[in-house]
Amino acid sequence: MIAPPRRVRRGRPEWLRGPALIGVIAIVVWVLIALTIPLWTPYDPLASVAPRLQDPGWPHLMGTDQLGRDVFTRTLWGSRTSLPVAFVVILASVIIGTVIGAVAGYRGGWVDAVLMRFVDMTMAFPPILLAMAITASLGPGVRNALIAMVLVWWPIYARLLRAQVIAVKQREYVESAEAIGVKRFTILRRYILPMAYTPVLVNATMDFGQVVLLTASLSFIGLGARPPSPEWGAMITEGATQFYSWWIATAPGLAIVSVVLAFNYLGDALRDSFDVKGVV
Amino acid sequence: MAGGAPILSLRDLRVTFPTPAGPARAVRGVDLDVFAGESVAVVGESGSGKSVTMLATLGLLPQAQVSGSVKWGNTELVGANVDTLRSVRGRRISMVFQDPMTSLNPVLTVGKQMTLVMKAHQPRLGKKELRAKAVDLLHQVAIPQAGRRIDAYPHELSGGMRQRVMIAMAITNDPEVLIADEPTTALDVTVQAQIMELLRNLREEKNLALVLITHDLGVVAGNADRVAVMYAGRVVERAPVLDVFARPQHPYTTALLECLPRLDLRKEVVNSIGGTPPNPANLPSGCPFAPRCPRAVDLCSAQEPVLVRMGATDVACSVVSDGATAGVSV
Repeated sequence: MIAPPRRVRRGRPEWLRGPALIGVIAIVVWVLIALTIPLWTPYDPLASVAPRLQDPGWPHLMGTDQLGRDVFTRTLWGSRTSLPVAFVVILASVIIGTVIGAVAGYRGGWVDAVLMRFVDMTMAFPPILLAMAITASLGPGVRNALIAMVLVWWPIYARLLRAQVIAVKQREYVESAEAIGVKRFTILRRYILPMAYTPVLVNATMDFGQVVLLTASLSFIGLGARPPSPEWGAMITEGATQFYSWWIATAPGLAIVSVVLAFNYLGDALRDSFDVKGVV
Repeated sequence: MAGGAPILSLRDLRVTFPTPAGPARAVRGVDLDVFAGESVAVVGESGSGKSVTMLATLGLLPQAQVSGSVKWGNTELVGANVDTLRSVRGRRISMVFQDPMTSLNPVLTVGKQMTLVMKAHQPRLGKKELRAKAVDLLHQVAIPQAGRRIDAYPHELSGGMRQRVMIAMAITNDPEVLIADEPTTALDVTVQAQIMELLRNLREEKNLALVLITHDLGVVAGNADRVAVMYAGRVVERAPVLDVFARPQHPYTTALLECLPRLDLRKEVVNSIGGTPPNPANLPSGCPFAPRCPRAVDLCSAQEPVLVRMGATDVACSVVSDGATAGVSV
């Protein structure tokens, strides 16, 4: 019997459905806003544009804060801090975690033991607490908060990748490559990493939301972005003192929720699609 | 058997794996010489230490304690550093593994993998040369349409084809010794014959010495010059191939041969050896084969026999070498 020709899949991949699709749309919208907001911003995010503490309505969709700034505009501008910071934190953590985890897993022995004890030490603390401590000692500010977050975040990927590398390096094709003299770095890069990387990618996607949340948390307690800059966590701090003007904190809160949810949906779908549990 | 000095020489090679149940002594003093261009078969049951011996030869057992000596010419490989080992692996001594289905990198094309192997020892070759050489190698291992197959991924090839690719990769850097660890076990019988013929041809063309690890005495008969029979981590009989089949000395070799179904004898039932090989973490005292041996006497469980020369055969059995000479250490 002649097998039917393999159907060429076009268009939307299979995992991009339901929540994942919503997540991707939300992410794309937020990224577009972050990239283009200076071109079409409704108001100046730093200037008083209306009487203070106005209710949500037209033309100030989410009202105004105690200085008369447009809350909706500031919330949109907030994406220009949160998204790049989260992106840099994740990227840097993945790179550092990959190098450390790959070396630890592949070399094994005392190298592995030393690196992993370092990882254990970092992971023994709740990330927010450690990030707070590091930021506080470096001095408040977005840049220092970012450094602190990278420092607390990379061990996750190092540990994850190490476990995968250890599993993959015991496969026969790796031993076979060693037996015919392929260089160790080549084996690690071309034979082991491609088979070990999926969980790191999935986790990095999921963690994006967590880092957005952590950024906002640090700013909320005054360690990240400082007022008057429009940053979600800092805005919530300001809103918290205006108890009866609920919209000041609600708008950035909703922004955080939407970003975190979007990345969680996407990460979930990617995990199911890659079947991460079946990788090992 | 060729004269002169062996190109690969194992002396008193011992491999011990630390296990929770105590040290597992997988290889316990193996002596083996490989001469240029010859074919040596290492025969034994699963767990007899034949594969471990060869992996230890190439230093591929980082988690094991290896002692004794493995000499490539004048280079000692036991305890050698990674760079020395890597300069030998693939270039001097190469290896083909048992299961071609799992021994190729699934995410790289055949050509790319071969290129990486070439680059390991010949870093200066250009892209076109590498590709041309890879195609040529695929021709040598009789892969049809080599120019197209070079861009195939392993999952697009059959088992026999993959084993040919494995062999092509193993001989990429013109090694002098090829260790083939049960190269045909995972293949069906017609393909087995083709692969063995390929190995035989390569041996003749390239004057390649072959160390054939197998439990299949049928494969040994047609493809080996000399045979070393291993049991419980030691060589118990070492002889030219004809002597092994015509005059097996060790009771274990005899028993193995009796397990072969034969066309020339009318026999309804295929024999098997009763019992199981001993646990390497808990070996019996004396000869490890004694509990399963039909000819065992009291002496056997008291003393572990050493290899004694009898004609062209070296045999480690107290009964065969007649009690009197048994136990003499070499």
